[in-house]
Amino acid sequence: MSTELARRDPAERASDDRSGSDTADNRSPLVVPVIYIGGLLFGFGLAISGMARPEVVLDFLQFEDFGLLFVMGGAAVVTGITFTVATRFLHRAPLTATGYTRRLKSFDRNVVIGGTIFGIGWGISGICPGAAYASVGIGNYPILWAVAGMFLGAYAQGYWRTRRSLGTESTPETASS
Amino acid sequence: MTDFVPLFALGELFPRGIIPYLLGGVLVGLGAAVIYLATGIIAGASTFLESTLSYVSDVPRFNRLTYVQSRDWRLVFTAGIVSGAAAYAVLFQGDLWTTEVQWWRLLGGGFLVGVGTRLGKGCTSGHGVCGIGSLSNTSVVNVATFLAFAIGTAQLVQALGVTP
Repeated sequence: MSTELARRDPAERASDDRSGSDTADNRSPLVVPVIYIGGLLFGFGLAISGMARPEVVLDFLQFEDFGLLFVMGGAAVVTGITFTVATRFLHRAPLTATGYTRRLKSFDRNVVIGGTIFGIGWGISGICPGAAYASVGIGNYPILWAVAGMFLGAYAQGYWRTRRSLGTESTPETASS
Repeated sequence: MTDFVPLFALGELFPRGIIPYLLGGVLVGLGAAVIYLATGIIAGASTFLESTLSYVSDVPRFNRLTYVQSRDWRLVFTAGIVSGAAAYAVLFQGDLWTTEVQWWRLLGGGFLVGVGTRLGKGCTSGHGVCGIGSLSNTSVVNVATFLAFAIGTAQLVQALGVTP
Protein backbone atom coordinates (compact mmCIF):
# COMPACT_ATOMS: atom_id res chain seq x y z
CA MET A 1 0.00 0.00 0.00
CA SER A 2 2.72 2.45 0.98
CA THR A 3 5.00 1.31 -1.82
CA GLU A 4 2.28 2.04 -4.31
CA LEU A 5 1.81 5.50 -2.87
CA ALA A 6 5.51 6.26 -2.94
CA ARG A 7 5.82 5.07 -6.49
CA ARG A 8 2.99 7.24 -7.63
CA ASP A 9 4.10 10.30 -5.77
CA PRO A 10 6.73 11.62 -8.25
CA ALA A 11 4.32 11.25 -11.17
CA GLU A 12 1.58 12.97 -9.25
CA ARG A 13 3.97 15.71 -8.34
CA ALA A 14 5.05 16.20 -11.94
CA SER A 15 1.51 16.30 -13.26
CA ASP A 16 0.39 18.72 -10.58
CA ASP A 17 3.33 20.96 -11.35
CA ARG A 18 2.34 21.03 -14.98
CA SER A 19 -1.36 21.52 -14.41
CA GLY A 20 -1.03 24.82 -12.60
CA SER A 21 1.38 27.42 -13.86
CA ASP A 22 1.70 28.50 -10.25
CA THR A 23 5.47 28.26 -10.25
CA ALA A 24 5.67 31.43 -12.29
CA ASP A 25 7.90 33.69 -10.28
CA ASN A 26 7.93 37.41 -10.46
CA ARG A 27 8.82 38.09 -14.05
CA SER A 28 7.31 41.54 -14.07
CA PRO A 29 7.31 44.02 -11.20
CA LEU A 30 3.53 44.17 -11.68
CA VAL A 31 2.96 40.53 -10.74
CA VAL A 32 2.94 41.13 -7.00
CA PRO A 33 0.61 44.19 -7.12
CA VAL A 34 -1.81 42.35 -9.45
CA ILE A 35 -1.89 39.34 -7.14
CA TYR A 36 -2.54 41.66 -4.22
CA ILE A 37 -5.43 43.35 -6.10
CA GLY A 38 -6.86 39.94 -7.01
CA GLY A 39 -6.60 38.95 -3.35
CA LEU A 40 -8.39 42.16 -2.33
CA LEU A 41 -11.35 41.37 -4.61
CA PHE A 42 -11.33 37.76 -3.43
CA GLY A 43 -11.37 38.73 0.25
CA PHE A 44 -13.89 41.54 -0.22
CA GLY A 45 -16.16 39.06 -2.01
CA LEU A 46 -15.79 36.45 0.73
CA ALA A 47 -16.68 39.08 3.34
CA ILE A 48 -19.79 40.32 1.45
CA SER A 49 -20.95 36.76 0.83
CA GLY A 50 -20.87 35.92 4.52
CA MET A 51 -18.52 32.97 4.00
CA ALA A 52 -16.04 34.64 6.35
CA ARG A 53 -18.59 33.89 9.10
CA PRO A 54 -18.63 30.20 10.12
CA GLU A 55 -22.27 30.60 11.22
CA VAL A 56 -23.35 31.38 7.64
CA VAL A 57 -21.52 28.32 6.33
CA LEU A 58 -23.05 26.12 9.05
CA ASP A 59 -26.52 27.48 8.19
CA PHE A 60 -25.92 26.31 4.64
CA LEU A 61 -24.65 22.88 5.65
CA GLN A 62 -27.60 22.48 8.03
CA PHE A 63 -30.07 23.39 5.24
CA GLU A 64 -31.23 26.61 6.84
CA ASP A 65 -29.97 28.98 4.14
CA PHE A 66 -28.95 27.82 0.68
CA GLY A 67 -27.40 31.14 -0.33
CA LEU A 68 -23.88 29.73 -0.35
CA LEU A 69 -24.71 27.88 -3.56
CA PHE A 70 -24.63 31.28 -5.25
CA VAL A 71 -21.18 32.09 -3.89
CA MET A 72 -19.51 28.99 -5.28
CA GLY A 73 -21.77 29.01 -8.35
CA GLY A 74 -21.27 32.70 -9.11
CA ALA A 75 -17.52 32.42 -8.66
CA ALA A 76 -17.26 29.25 -10.78
CA VAL A 77 -19.25 30.83 -13.62
CA VAL A 78 -16.90 33.83 -13.68
CA THR A 79 -13.75 31.69 -13.61
CA GLY A 80 -15.32 29.27 -16.10
CA ILE A 81 -15.94 32.04 -18.64
CA THR A 82 -12.47 33.46 -17.99
CA PHE A 83 -10.71 30.11 -18.42
CA THR A 84 -12.69 29.31 -21.57
CA VAL A 85 -12.02 32.67 -23.22
CA ALA A 86 -8.35 32.75 -22.23
CA THR A 87 -7.48 29.18 -23.25
CA ARG A 88 -9.30 29.51 -26.58
CA PHE A 89 -8.61 33.04 -27.71
CA LEU A 90 -5.69 34.46 -25.79
CA HIS A 91 -2.09 33.51 -26.22
CA ARG A 92 0.06 34.20 -23.20
CA ALA A 93 -0.38 35.98 -19.89
CA PRO A 94 1.09 39.47 -20.34
CA LEU A 95 3.01 39.66 -17.05
CA THR A 96 4.63 36.22 -17.02
CA ALA A 97 4.51 35.03 -20.65
CA THR A 98 2.94 31.83 -19.30
CA GLY A 99 0.49 30.01 -21.53
CA TYR A 100 -3.10 29.83 -20.28
CA THR A 101 -4.13 26.39 -18.98
CA ARG A 102 -7.15 25.02 -17.17
CA ARG A 103 -6.86 23.71 -13.63
CA LEU A 104 -6.72 19.96 -14.13
CA LYS A 105 -5.26 18.00 -11.25
CA SER A 106 -4.49 14.30 -11.56
CA PHE A 107 -6.99 11.95 -9.96
CA ASP A 108 -6.10 9.36 -7.36
CA ARG A 109 -7.68 8.07 -4.18
CA ASN A 110 -6.16 10.92 -2.16
CA VAL A 111 -8.57 13.27 -3.92
CA VAL A 112 -11.44 11.36 -2.30
CA ILE A 113 -9.74 10.70 1.06
CA GLY A 114 -8.66 14.35 1.31
CA GLY A 115 -12.11 15.57 0.30
CA THR A 116 -13.64 13.40 3.01
CA ILE A 117 -11.33 14.69 5.75
CA PHE A 118 -11.75 18.29 4.56
CA GLY A 119 -15.54 17.87 4.50
CA ILE A 120 -15.65 16.58 8.07
CA GLY A 121 -13.45 19.45 9.23
CA TRP A 122 -15.56 22.00 7.33
CA GLY A 123 -18.73 20.56 8.86
CA ILE A 124 -17.30 20.77 12.39
CA SER A 125 -15.87 24.27 12.13
CA GLY A 126 -17.74 25.99 9.28
CA ILE A 127 -14.50 27.40 7.94
CA CYS A 128 -12.30 26.72 4.90
CA PRO A 129 -8.86 28.22 4.12
CA GLY A 130 -9.76 31.26 1.98
CA ALA A 131 -12.71 32.13 4.20
CA ALA A 132 -10.49 31.81 7.28
CA TYR A 133 -8.07 34.45 5.95
CA ALA A 134 -11.03 36.71 5.14
CA SER A 135 -12.40 36.08 8.61
CA VAL A 136 -9.19 37.46 10.12
CA GLY A 137 -9.85 40.59 8.04
CA ILE A 138 -13.33 41.18 9.47
CA GLY A 139 -11.83 41.15 12.96
CA ASN A 140 -12.89 37.65 13.93
CA TYR A 141 -9.88 36.94 16.12
CA PRO A 142 -11.15 33.57 17.46
CA ILE A 143 -10.68 32.29 13.88
CA LEU A 144 -6.96 32.21 14.63
CA TRP A 145 -7.72 28.89 16.35
CA ALA A 146 -8.84 27.59 12.97
CA VAL A 147 -5.85 29.10 11.14
CA ALA A 148 -3.54 27.47 13.69
CA GLY A 149 -5.40 24.18 13.23
CA MET A 150 -5.01 24.39 9.45
CA PHE A 151 -1.26 24.96 9.68
CA LEU A 152 -0.94 22.08 12.15
CA GLY A 153 -2.98 19.84 9.87
CA ALA A 154 -1.00 20.82 6.78
CA TYR A 155 2.22 20.19 8.71
CA ALA A 156 1.02 16.84 10.03
CA GLN A 157 0.09 15.48 6.59
CA GLY A 158 3.33 16.77 5.04
CA TYR A 159 5.43 15.25 7.83
CA TRP A 160 3.53 11.97 7.70
CA ARG A 161 3.67 11.67 3.90
CA THR A 162 7.38 12.48 3.84
CA ARG A 163 8.10 9.89 6.54
CA ARG A 164 6.00 7.35 4.76
CA SER A 165 7.69 7.76 1.39
CA LEU A 166 11.18 7.79 2.96
CA GLY A 167 10.30 4.67 4.94
CA THR A 168 9.19 2.77 1.86
CA GLU A 169 12.36 3.66 -0.01
CA SER A 170 14.65 2.15 2.61
CA THR A 171 12.58 -0.89 3.64
CA PRO A 172 10.10 -1.68 0.89
CA GLU A 173 9.15 -5.16 2.13
CA THR A 174 8.00 -4.09 5.59
CA ALA A 175 6.35 -0.91 4.41
CA SER A 176 2.88 -2.34 4.03
CA SER A 177 2.51 -2.88 7.77
CA MET B 1 -52.69 32.52 -4.60
CA THR B 2 -50.75 29.95 -6.59
CA ASP B 3 -47.94 32.45 -7.11
CA PHE B 4 -47.57 32.87 -3.38
CA VAL B 5 -46.43 29.37 -2.63
CA PRO B 6 -43.11 29.35 -4.55
CA LEU B 7 -42.29 32.86 -3.32
CA PHE B 8 -42.80 31.76 0.24
CA ALA B 9 -40.70 28.67 -0.38
CA LEU B 10 -37.89 30.78 -1.85
CA GLY B 11 -37.95 32.99 1.24
CA GLU B 12 -37.52 29.89 3.36
CA LEU B 13 -34.60 28.66 1.31
CA PHE B 14 -32.88 32.05 1.23
CA PRO B 15 -33.73 33.94 4.45
CA ARG B 16 -31.00 36.51 3.75
CA GLY B 17 -31.89 36.81 0.06
CA ILE B 18 -29.43 35.91 -2.67
CA ILE B 19 -27.88 39.27 -3.61
CA PRO B 20 -24.97 39.34 -1.11
CA TYR B 21 -24.16 35.73 -1.94
CA LEU B 22 -24.20 36.24 -5.68
CA LEU B 23 -22.30 39.53 -5.50
CA GLY B 24 -19.71 37.99 -3.19
CA GLY B 25 -19.33 34.96 -5.45
CA VAL B 26 -18.86 37.10 -8.56
CA LEU B 27 -16.19 39.17 -6.78
CA VAL B 28 -14.38 36.02 -5.65
CA GLY B 29 -14.44 34.85 -9.26
CA LEU B 30 -13.23 38.24 -10.51
CA GLY B 31 -10.34 38.17 -8.03
CA ALA B 32 -9.23 34.80 -9.40
CA ALA B 33 -9.85 36.01 -12.98
CA VAL B 34 -7.72 39.16 -12.61
CA ILE B 35 -4.77 37.10 -11.37
CA TYR B 36 -5.25 34.46 -14.05
CA LEU B 37 -5.58 36.87 -16.98
CA ALA B 38 -2.57 38.93 -15.94
CA THR B 39 -0.23 36.11 -14.89
CA GLY B 40 -1.67 32.74 -15.95
CA ILE B 41 -1.60 31.70 -12.29
CA ILE B 42 -4.54 29.66 -11.03
CA ALA B 43 -4.89 30.83 -7.46
CA GLY B 44 -5.99 28.61 -4.61
CA ALA B 45 -6.06 29.42 -0.93
CA SER B 46 -4.89 26.21 0.77
CA THR B 47 -1.48 25.72 -0.91
CA PHE B 48 -0.47 28.79 1.12
CA LEU B 49 -0.52 26.57 4.21
CA GLU B 50 2.21 24.28 2.86
CA SER B 51 4.20 26.87 0.91
CA THR B 52 4.40 29.09 4.01
CA LEU B 53 5.62 26.16 6.11
CA SER B 54 8.65 25.99 3.79
CA TYR B 55 9.93 29.20 5.40
CA VAL B 56 10.25 27.48 8.77
CA SER B 57 10.39 23.72 8.15
CA ASP B 58 12.87 21.58 6.25
CA VAL B 59 10.41 18.74 5.68
CA PRO B 60 11.06 17.92 1.99
CA ARG B 61 7.38 18.01 1.00
CA PHE B 62 7.11 21.71 1.88
CA ASN B 63 10.36 22.54 0.10
CA ARG B 64 9.32 21.26 -3.30
CA LEU B 65 10.39 23.68 -6.00
CA THR B 66 6.80 24.61 -6.84
CA TYR B 67 6.14 25.70 -3.23
CA VAL B 68 9.39 27.54 -2.71
CA GLN B 69 8.95 29.41 -5.99
CA SER B 70 5.37 30.37 -5.23
CA ARG B 71 5.55 31.03 -1.49
CA ASP B 72 6.17 34.76 -1.81
CA TRP B 73 3.23 35.54 -4.07
CA ARG B 74 1.00 33.20 -2.06
CA LEU B 75 1.80 35.27 1.01
CA VAL B 76 0.82 38.39 -0.97
CA PHE B 77 -2.41 36.74 -2.15
CA THR B 78 -3.35 35.87 1.42
CA ALA B 79 -2.46 39.39 2.60
CA GLY B 80 -4.78 40.65 -0.16
CA ILE B 81 -7.63 38.42 1.07
CA VAL B 82 -7.20 39.65 4.64
CA SER B 83 -7.04 43.30 3.49
CA GLY B 84 -10.03 42.96 1.15
CA ALA B 85 -12.16 41.55 3.96
CA ALA B 86 -10.86 44.27 6.29
CA ALA B 87 -11.87 46.92 3.73
CA TYR B 88 -15.37 45.44 3.71
CA ALA B 89 -15.45 45.51 7.51
CA VAL B 90 -14.35 49.14 7.65
CA LEU B 91 -16.87 50.24 5.00
CA PHE B 92 -19.95 48.20 5.88
CA GLN B 93 -19.49 46.39 9.16
CA GLY B 94 -18.30 49.08 11.53
CA ASP B 95 -17.25 46.99 14.50
CA LEU B 96 -15.29 43.75 14.77
CA TRP B 97 -17.35 40.65 14.18
CA THR B 98 -16.57 37.53 16.18
CA THR B 99 -17.87 34.00 15.88
CA GLU B 100 -19.78 32.05 18.51
CA VAL B 101 -18.35 28.76 17.27
CA GLN B 102 -16.37 27.13 20.10
CA TRP B 103 -12.57 27.29 19.95
CA TRP B 104 -12.20 23.53 20.05
CA ARG B 105 -14.38 23.18 16.96
CA LEU B 106 -12.30 25.81 15.16
CA LEU B 107 -9.03 24.18 16.17
CA GLY B 108 -10.08 20.56 15.59
CA GLY B 109 -12.08 21.29 12.43
CA GLY B 110 -9.26 23.50 11.18
CA PHE B 111 -6.78 20.67 11.70
CA LEU B 112 -8.89 18.33 9.55
CA VAL B 113 -9.28 21.08 6.93
CA GLY B 114 -5.49 21.44 6.86
CA VAL B 115 -4.95 17.70 6.39
CA GLY B 116 -7.82 17.18 3.96
CA THR B 117 -7.25 20.13 1.63
CA ARG B 118 -3.58 19.30 1.18
CA LEU B 119 -4.12 15.56 0.79
CA GLY B 120 -6.98 16.23 -1.65
CA LYS B 121 -4.96 18.80 -3.64
CA GLY B 122 -7.20 21.77 -3.05
CA CYS B 123 -10.03 23.43 -1.19
CA THR B 124 -13.16 25.45 -1.81
CA SER B 125 -11.27 27.94 -3.98
CA GLY B 126 -8.87 25.66 -5.86
CA HIS B 127 -11.25 22.77 -6.53
CA GLY B 128 -14.54 24.52 -5.82
CA VAL B 129 -14.09 27.72 -7.82
CA CYS B 130 -11.16 27.22 -10.23
CA GLY B 131 -11.50 23.45 -10.67
CA ILE B 132 -15.25 23.51 -11.26
CA GLY B 133 -14.69 26.52 -13.56
CA SER B 134 -12.19 24.35 -15.47
CA LEU B 135 -14.72 21.49 -15.67
CA SER B 136 -12.12 19.23 -14.07
CA ASN B 137 -13.44 15.77 -13.22
CA THR B 138 -10.99 15.52 -10.32
CA SER B 139 -12.37 18.73 -8.84
CA VAL B 140 -15.99 17.72 -9.36
CA VAL B 141 -15.35 14.47 -7.47
CA ASN B 142 -13.48 16.29 -4.69
CA VAL B 143 -16.18 18.96 -4.29
CA ALA B 144 -19.00 16.40 -4.28
CA THR B 145 -17.10 14.45 -1.61
CA PHE B 146 -16.35 17.35 0.70
CA LEU B 147 -19.84 18.82 0.34
CA ALA B 148 -21.49 15.50 1.18
CA PHE B 149 -19.29 14.92 4.24
CA ALA B 150 -19.56 18.53 5.40
CA ILE B 151 -23.35 18.40 5.24
CA GLY B 152 -23.45 15.07 7.08
CA THR B 153 -21.04 16.28 9.74
CA ALA B 154 -22.75 19.63 10.30
CA GLN B 155 -26.14 17.92 10.61
CA LEU B 156 -24.64 15.48 13.11
CA VAL B 157 -23.12 18.34 15.11
CA GLN B 158 -26.55 20.00 15.18
CA ALA B 159 -28.30 16.76 16.13
CA LEU B 160 -25.88 16.37 19.04
CA GLY B 161 -27.11 19.72 20.30
CA VAL B 162 -23.88 21.63 19.71
CA THR B 163 -24.63 25.20 18.61
CA PRO B 164 -24.15 27.37 16.65
